[in-house]
Amino acid sequence: MAKTALQFRHNGRDVAMFVDGGTNLLVALRELIGDMTPKFGCGQGGCGTCSVLIDGELHLSCLTLAETVAGRSVETLDGMKDGPDLHPLQRAFADNFAAQCGYCTPGMLMAAKALLDRNPQPSRAEVVEAISGNICRCTGYEPIINAVLSAASGGRARA
Amino acid sequence: MPVTVKTFTSTSDAAAALSSDRSARYLGGGTLVMRALNEGDISISTVVRASDQAMTRIDATGSRTILGAGVTFARILAERDLAFLHAPARSIGGPAVRNMGTVGGNLFAPVPYGDFTVAMLALDAMVSVQGGLGGREIPIDEFLQSRDRQTGALVLAISFAKPGSADAFRYRKVARIKPKGGAVITLATHLPMNGSRIVGARIALGSMAPTPIRARAAERALEGRSLDTSTINAAAAAAVEGTLPGDNALASAWYRREIVGVHLRRLLSGQE
Amino acid sequence: MLELRKDIFADERDDNLKEIGKGTQRQDMLGHVTGTSPYFDDHKLQGMLHLKVVRSAHSHARLRRVDTSEAERSQGVRRVIRGSDVPRNLNTLLSLINFGKDDEPSLAVDKVRYKGEPIVAIVADSPREAHEAIAKVKIDYEPLPAVFDVEDALKPGAPVVNEVYPKNTFTYHETYDRQQLRFGDADRALASADHVLEQRYQMSPIEHAPTETNGSIAAPDTNGRYLVYTSTQALFFSVDTCAKILDVPSNTFHFIGGTVGGGFGGKVDTLTEPLCILGAMLTGRPVRYVFGREEEMQYGPPRGAERIYIKDGVMHDGRVVARKVRAYFDSGAYTRLSSYAAVKCAAHLPGPYTIPNVHGDVYCVFTNRTPATAMRGFGVTAMDFAIECQMDKLAHLVGMDPMEFRILNAYRDGDMKAHRREAKNTALIECVQVAAEKAKWPIRDEFKRMSSRKDGGGVRAAVTPTPRETHTPPTTPSQQRTTYDRAPAATREPPPSPPPPPRPAAPSHGATRFSSVFGTRRR
Repeated sequence: MAKTALQFRHNGRDVAMFVDGGTNLLVALRELIGDMTPKFGCGQGGCGTCSVLIDGELHLSCLTLAETVAGRSVETLDGMKDGPDLHPLQRAFADNFAAQCGYCTPGMLMAAKALLDRNPQPSRAEVVEAISGNICRCTGYEPIINAVLSAASGGRARA
Repeated sequence: MPVTVKTFTSTSDAAAALSSDRSARYLGGGTLVMRALNEGDISISTVVRASDQAMTRIDATGSRTILGAGVTFARILAERDLAFLHAPARSIGGPAVRNMGTVGGNLFAPVPYGDFTVAMLALDAMVSVQGGLGGREIPIDEFLQSRDRQTGALVLAISFAKPGSADAFRYRKVARIKPKGGAVITLATHLPMNGSRIVGARIALGSMAPTPIRARAAERALEGRSLDTSTINAAAAAAVEGTLPGDNALASAWYRREIVGVHLRRLLSGQE
Repeated sequence: MLELRKDIFADERDDNLKEIGKGTQRQDMLGHVTGTSPYFDDHKLQGMLHLKVVRSAHSHARLRRVDTSEAERSQGVRRVIRGSDVPRNLNTLLSLINFGKDDEPSLAVDKVRYKGEPIVAIVADSPREAHEAIAKVKIDYEPLPAVFDVEDALKPGAPVVNEVYPKNTFTYHETYDRQQLRFGDADRALASADHVLEQRYQMSPIEHAPTETNGSIAAPDTNGRYLVYTSTQALFFSVDTCAKILDVPSNTFHFIGGTVGGGFGGKVDTLTEPLCILGAMLTGRPVRYVFGREEEMQYGPPRGAERIYIKDGVMHDGRVVARKVRAYFDSGAYTRLSSYAAVKCAAHLPGPYTIPNVHGDVYCVFTNRTPATAMRGFGVTAMDFAIECQMDKLAHLVGMDPMEFRILNAYRDGDMKAHRREAKNTALIECVQVAAEKAKWPIRDEFKRMSSRKDGGGVRAAVTPTPRETHTPPTTPSQQRTTYDRAPAATREPPPSPPPPPRPAAPSHGATRFSSVFGTRRR
């Protein structure tokens, strides 16, 4: 089976691999790099738990053909911490009980980061809109919305 | 058979690859083709891509707007000249889907998706297609009627005349989940006015048939009249004529038929 | 935010609580926000194979012929698994506690009973190759009449869904086609009630839709054991179920789980582990079997549908004097846990109200729908919905405020419940009072003064004479079996005690057993 060479930047580091035809970015990240932070939830763009940033833009890794990210920068939750320190969003999620089973959390955090990177002081409605592609079956969303708002108002010192 | 990805710089090469291989599908934003591959659709074994810049071009300067097939909904939302299309663009998916999903792909999106195409249908858009034998322009309603046979053709762009006034084009998506969710039904209307008379009324409906369709009886009820209560009621009463909605998890065919007139009345009378 | 009303029942507990009422961080929160919590699918094993199943295209059909020869030759296929490869291809989940008969194969052999039932499993190098092989399996179906409605399934001449239960009902105590509750004389009380209201309620199946789909990874471990990563919500239950189906001692397995990407009850059925482990046994390689989203939504078990008829007798003064309930729990094609749901249905049908005459029949019915399973209070949710709708309607009927109507009829400490147990620590009156206060819903002073600890017992503790029903002696328990059944006959339960009327205060057979499994606490 013919494989295609692929190189891209993964959380600030260059990675290279060979992918099978049709491999999606989620599989490439999880199975070829071992970054298990993006999750498989639906494979069809319905749940958002596989969300990653490609060149700073929120994308669904399960619907992204892996070879289309050649030469581009891919950010996942695995790159969100600053060394041992949690990102303000991560801390806000923990403090606000914004995770229950934790399975949607990687995608939620990436969607929230995509928002705050562009709009550091979003309104509540903008937060709701920003996470509208991410399904959480446990929390009922309120703690997540509160977490994003508190991370935004909590002086995004590092961002 | 494993999947083969073929990437071309020229659209004509991509079109040739598409038309010569029944198992080939064009990959736009990935929301349809990658989804199919993820669900184990083995009828697709070749994925075709085109890197031609023209595919992602937006030309909104002239009287006729041209959107490359690869233009994403996020880009439409970033374009001030396309403000009249912001409502349909925003009604699709969450931010990630809007960063990925394209105008061209939306033409192929099955019920309960394809909201943007409903807007395009109301605007009498032309679909620019590159086939194995060359390019042609197809009226969108004709394109949609033969959609199943169009997967072998490469959609290059979609074009339409900008509505004369901001109020002439209206859009409404009825969904159970806000702000995101598949459509129960989608409605778009384009009512150009000549004085106080409607001339060239267009009403497009999504999720009321296997593809977006025109509500021609309702259009006739509006044609040549002024948009008053009795005209609106007549159009609303005729909205269901010629529709063929299906049942799905979001709504039954019966429910869709019941509400289509109600929402058309609200849309035409400017109610929320 | 959480508010503890310490003024109520203040004498019943210490007030210096260490945990209750205080925010405590989840122990797994750090893992969740850093994406390092280990879900079953977060394990990439060397040489891992992928298992997919061929699912029935029909809701009810005989399998005339299943031809896998072309699939076996398909590229990348390591193994095709058939029902005959499964050591004990018939199981029922609650057989682990001797409740019910084995009724569900891991892979269908003679017959399929719901659309999407697994027939063949394919283990291949890649998911794509497994899907390609699936398309090459040829199945010759003989479609059979199907039944999708619980009441249709009980009509004479209805298609038999599952031959293990030829009457389309689960068999309780090897005798009864329903779960019964008999307390007092409901018919007589209905005849003398001032108003009688009969209503029908129903609830559709509900999918849990966990964000993580059901799945597992099984890998040969050292010394003949198997390592299993699983999404299960019921790890030990799953270990034992796999040991039974695969006919090996349970210490053959090392199950790792506990981090579940949303379960809500939908991950207790051991749906993927037996075939996944069998795949690893037959190939000697790690095998991954994960539901796609469509599989999860279409064929993953939902909360079962229910249809409930309630006939209540109420007096002008608002007292509910009789309740007669007939309820049908739609189990789908197999029992899974619905037999237990019907027991809970029966337990909840009086509601938290003191009603002197209660008559309940709850059927666990088999239809050609996707088998139902546990989900957040299953067996209770729909019944409580029906009861509370009914209570509103009854209040309206007698012209009473619905809150006051509930306070009037609520259990008080010392009352006799329809299950012939004394009501203790009831507290519903106080709950309604606080709810009314919070909602600024006016209730009269006399109702504000009522207490669950006052005026209970006495006549309210009396057991109304309950007419004995003549009971036809049980026919021989059905053991009609089909050829797929390679398992020995199900272990017979110990001789049942006659249920109606149970001895006062004697915990029912079912309740004792279930409390040990599901951790149902008794107050």
